[in-house]
Amino acid sequence: MANLRTNLAGIKSPNPFWLASAPPTNSGYQIMKAFDAGWGGAVWKTLGVPVVNVSSRYGALNYRDTRMMGFNNIELITDRPLSINLKEIEEVKKRFPDHAVIASLMVETKEQWHQIVRDAENAGADGLELNFGCPHGMCERGMGSAVGQEPKVLKTIVGWVKEVAKTPVIVKLTPNITDITRPALAAVEGGGDAISLINTIQSLVGVDIDNFVTYPVVDGKSTNGGYCGPAVKPIAMNMLKNCAQHPGVTIPISGIGGVENWRDAVEFILLGATSVQVCTAVMHYGFGIIREMIAGLERYMDEKGFATLDDFRGKSSSKCETLGRSQFEIQSCCEHQ
Amino acid sequence: MSEFLPPSSEADFDSNFSQIKPLMKDTEAYYESSRCLFCYDAPCVNACPTNIDIPLFIRQINSKNPIGAAKTIYDSNYFGYACGKVCPTEVLCEGACVYNHSDVKAIEIGRLQSYATGQAIRSNKQLYKLPASNGKKVAIIGAGPAGISCACELRMLGFDVDIFEAKAKPSGLTVHGVAPYKITNEEALNEMDYLEKQFRFKVQYGKAIRSQAEIDQLEKSYAAILIGFGLGSTSALNIPGEEKENVMGAVEFVEKLRMNHHKVSVAKRVIVLGGGNTAMDAASESARMGAEKVILAYRRNKEEMPAYDFEYDLAKGVGVKGLFNVAPLEITGNGKVTGVKFIRTENKNGKLVNVPGSEFIEECDWVIKATGQSKQTGILSLMKGVSLDSKGRIEVSEENYQTKNPKYFAAGDAVSGGQEVVNAAAEGRKAARGIKKYLLG
Repeated sequence: MANLRTNLAGIKSPNPFWLASAPPTNSGYQIMKAFDAGWGGAVWKTLGVPVVNVSSRYGALNYRDTRMMGFNNIELITDRPLSINLKEIEEVKKRFPDHAVIASLMVETKEQWHQIVRDAENAGADGLELNFGCPHGMCERGMGSAVGQEPKVLKTIVGWVKEVAKTPVIVKLTPNITDITRPALAAVEGGGDAISLINTIQSLVGVDIDNFVTYPVVDGKSTNGGYCGPAVKPIAMNMLKNCAQHPGVTIPISGIGGVENWRDAVEFILLGATSVQVCTAVMHYGFGIIREMIAGLERYMDEKGFATLDDFRGKSSSKCETLGRSQFEIQSCCEHQ
Repeated sequence: MSEFLPPSSEADFDSNFSQIKPLMKDTEAYYESSRCLFCYDAPCVNACPTNIDIPLFIRQINSKNPIGAAKTIYDSNYFGYACGKVCPTEVLCEGACVYNHSDVKAIEIGRLQSYATGQAIRSNKQLYKLPASNGKKVAIIGAGPAGISCACELRMLGFDVDIFEAKAKPSGLTVHGVAPYKITNEEALNEMDYLEKQFRFKVQYGKAIRSQAEIDQLEKSYAAILIGFGLGSTSALNIPGEEKENVMGAVEFVEKLRMNHHKVSVAKRVIVLGGGNTAMDAASESARMGAEKVILAYRRNKEEMPAYDFEYDLAKGVGVKGLFNVAPLEITGNGKVTGVKFIRTENKNGKLVNVPGSEFIEECDWVIKATGQSKQTGILSLMKGVSLDSKGRIEVSEENYQTKNPKYFAAGDAVSGGQEVVNAAAEGRKAARGIKKYLLG
C-alpha cells in the first residue's frame, strides 16, 4: 500500500495535499472541516494587519461549456484580528497534531516581521510561508508581489525572518516576473527552507460591456486581480520545472496552480514538487474532492510500484530539455526523410 | 402494429432487445462525467438505497481512474454493474440530480456506473483483499442480489459462506426476471463470475432447500442462515379458465424468454393482465418478440397503475395498447385460450365497482398474468420461529435483518414483498453486518 506521508523541509503531513493560503483557510473552523475531509495540511490565510475585503471580489472565466476554467480574485489578506487567528491556530493544532498548519505572513517592517514570526510559532504553527506573491492590493503598498519581483528585497526579508524563526520558512513566489529562478535563488540565499509557487497571475477577468466597468464590479468601480484555477496550470508547471531544474535551487518546492485532481498532483510531483497546494478546485467543488485525490494517487502509486512519493518525485523534470538539445530535432528529421 | 419480427437468431434477438442503457465508450464517459457538479450532501447519494458515493466515482471517471471509480461503487453495492443497467434511475439517483431543477438533462449516473464497473470486470481487477477466516460458517439460501451481496460482505468480514441455489445460474431475477433490454445474460453473469472469483464464496447450483431434513442439516452445520430466496411463482387469479393452455405467469414467461431467447415463440395476440412493472416488461417483451397485438389490461385507470411512468412509456413505445378499468372475469376457450371475458369497472365514491352489463370478450391467443408473485410460505413454515406478517413477508429487525429466530436472517423480496435489485443488494449487505454482530458481537 502506497505511503503518502510528506515532509517538506521538516514540515510533516499525512499526505501531500495542502490547502493554499486563500479564502478556504480563513478560519480554524474551515481548516478543521478540511482536515476531517482528509486534507493533509493547510496554509492559513495570510496574517498581517487586517484589511477589509470588499464584495464582490471574484470573477470567473467560462469557456464554452466549461465553467470557471479560470478564476480571478481581488481579495486581500485576512480580515480578522491577529489574536483570533492565533487562538484558532492553537485550537487546530491541538485537534490535529499530525497535520501541517503553516502560517502565511505578510507585514512591512523588520520589527513587524520579527513579532509576527514569534506570534505564529508560539501559536503552534508547523512552518511559515512568506507571502511575496499577492499581485493586487498589497503590492501597491510595497508588499506581496512587490517583494517577489525584487530579489534583493526578498532576500533581505527572508533574512529578517530567519533571524527569529525556529520553524521551516517557505518563500511563496509570484509568477509576475520574467525569470522565476531569480527570486527562487534569492530565497535560497536569504536562508529560506523551501519555496512555493505560483501565486496568482495578475489578471483582468472581463469587462461589463453595458456599464463599461471591468469585473468584478465593486460600487461601480473595479481593479485588476489575481488569476488562478485550471487555466494557470501550464504556467505553474513550467515555473516549477524551471526551479526544480536549476542547480542553485537546492531547497524543496511546494507546487501550486490549477491542481484539481490526483493526476494534476502526480504531474506536479513528477516535475519536482514535494507537496501541492489547492484553492480554486476546493472553492469550486468543496473539500470533498480530497477523496478522489487520495484514492487516485494511492492507486497510481500501487500500480506503478511506488512505495513513497520520493520514488517518483522529479522523474519528469529532467525529461523537459532545452529545445536545441532535445530529441525533438532528431525525431523530426527522421520523420522528414 | 408488429414493429418487430419474431427473432429467428441470437442476432435478431439482440437487435429486438437492444439495450436501452448501452455501455458508454471512453469519450462519452469523459464528457458526461465532466458535467457533474460534485454537490455537497448530494441528493443522488441520498436517493440511492445503497448510498454509493456517486459524485466521487464520477469524478474518478473524469480523472481517468475508472478502476478507482469501480471500487467506490463496489464499496457500497456489490451489484454495481447490474444496478447501473437495471435500476429505475429515473426515480432514484438521476431523478434526484440537481440538474432536473434547471431543466437540464440529469447526469446519466446509471450508465457511468456500468462504464466504470464494466472496466473492472473486463480487466478482472482484484479490488479487495480478503481477511483471514474467522472460522464461522454461514449458509445462504438463494444466489440472488440479497444472497450474493450478503455473501460478498460476509467474506469481507472473514466468514466462510456456502450458497444454495435452486436454479442453474446466479443473480436471481437479474438474469431470470429483468427485461432483456435492460441487461444481457452475459453482462449479469460476468459480474457474478467476477464477484465469485474475487470473494471466493461457494455456490451449489441446482440445490433447492425444500425439506425439513435439509433445513435441520443447515441449522446443524452453520452458525447462521440467510433467507434470500425471494418470492415464488405467479399467484393464481382464481377466475374460471385459468388452467387453460397458453395461460402463463409473467415471471415464468420472462424467465423462459431470458433462458431461451429467440427459441421462444410468442403468440400473435397477447393479453397481459396487471399494471405493475412486471406487467410492463411482459407486454414490452411480447411485442419485441413479434406479437402483432399486445394489450395491457388493468383493473383501474392509467394514473393508478403502480408501474413507473417510464416503464409504461417503454411499453407504449413498442406498440402495446393499454386497456384500463377492466376486470377479467373468465378466460375463454376450448382447452386453449381464445380470449378473456372482461367487465368494465369504475370508481364509485373511492371504491372500484363493476359496471353491470358491460361484459365483453377480447380475443387473444395468450394470456400472461402479471398479478404478483406468491410467497414461499411452505418452506418458511419449516423454519421454526421465523414469523411472517399478514402479507406473508418475513418479519425482521430493521437494522440487522434478523428474524424472530435469531439464527435466521432474511433479505430481499422475501422480506420486502418485491422490490428492485438495488434494494435487495442493500439489504443483503446490512444482513451480513447483522450476522457479524450476532456471531461476533
